[in-house]
Amino acid sequence: MTAARRLTSLQMAGFVADGALRFDGIVPRALGDAALAELAGGGPPSPFGADPASPAAGWSGRPLAGLFRDWPALTAVLELPAVAAVIESLLGPDPIYDHHYAHVIAARNEWSQPWHADAILDPRRAAFDIQLCFFFHDTPRDMGGTMYLPGSHLRRVNEFAIARYQNFTAQEAMACPAGSLLVCHHGIWHCGQPNRTDRSRTMFKLRLNPRVAQRLVWDTADLRDLRIGKVLSRDHGWYGHEVRLEIANRIRLWRDLTGDARYDVDFWLTRIENDPLAGTSKPG
Amino acid sequence: MLKQKLLILYAANSSLDSPIGAWSLYDGTGREKHMAGDADEPPYSSVLAAMRDGWRVIQLPQLRAPAAGAEHATAFLEYEFVLEKMVEADR
Repeated sequence: MTAARRLTSLQMAGFVADGALRFDGIVPRALGDAALAELAGGGPPSPFGADPASPAAGWSGRPLAGLFRDWPALTAVLELPAVAAVIESLLGPDPIYDHHYAHVIAARNEWSQPWHADAILDPRRAAFDIQLCFFFHDTPRDMGGTMYLPGSHLRRVNEFAIARYQNFTAQEAMACPAGSLLVCHHGIWHCGQPNRTDRSRTMFKLRLNPRVAQRLVWDTADLRDLRIGKVLSRDHGWYGHEVRLEIANRIRLWRDLTGDARYDVDFWLTRIENDPLAGTSKPG
Repeated sequence: MLKQKLLILYAANSSLDSPIGAWSLYDGTGREKHMAGDADEPPYSSVLAAMRDGWRVIQLPQLRAPAAGAEHATAFLEYEFVLEKMVEADR
């Protein structure tokens, strides 16, 4: 149990609807500066693209706990009660380290990374990984940072297959104060934005996997809050009339996360699950 | 010589006068360079509005029944309209 309060059900519903949660200034500036110094010093080595014979190549799949012990500032960041509570709320206890990478965008880099989803097309329905994106220094809009598309995470695409798209009406750039954290579902569509300043930009990304079933591992005191349905029904606009399909898929994920197989919003799934001839349950 | 500009508009539904949710612009003349995240507002409110500004529609999205068992699956944007303008440009 972490000392800080875990995410509420309303926040979890927001994650299910948007595919991301944002925490501005969650890391104290001095600690963020120390973490940046560790990254600038070359560590910790990333298993992404690492020499197969190097120790870092064997990190993926190991427990996160203690993995960064030689980098005390980064360890302290991940052990901040508020950060640990976010991780535990989304993944449950003892998460699995997947990989990390310090994305450094040089000053006056006018190029935008194309839109993409990370890794490969992921057919899991209920389980999800999270990606923690730390912005340890101030990141104004002209510095980038990472642009992401709320509500894109449940759309199944493979990596840069979406690179043809340039702009969406609801896209959001992570312009933020020092010490901010963006936590994303693994399926979120995103792209690194140009850095038009004279300073380089660093974003530390850490991907974690669940070890346990991600069911009711947050603070569930508000599980019956009637506003949850409204949050799950958010319309981000950019997907047009497919919003009801998005809501249906969010309801399915919410059912998995809560274990409540009959949960519904506005009768969307209950209606189509009522098939007396097939012997499936009727509403009520 | 004439060179091609492509405007790709992603509409809310299959109607050409429905609102735009996403867009891309590729300029074969090289005068304009567009990239991910470089605009907050779509250049036109609908495909029809672009047509009224001289853009020619060269692709309509096909309307396809969903695959059985995957009726609620979502992936790419369904209503992709490709438009072109041919503009005079230096070689």
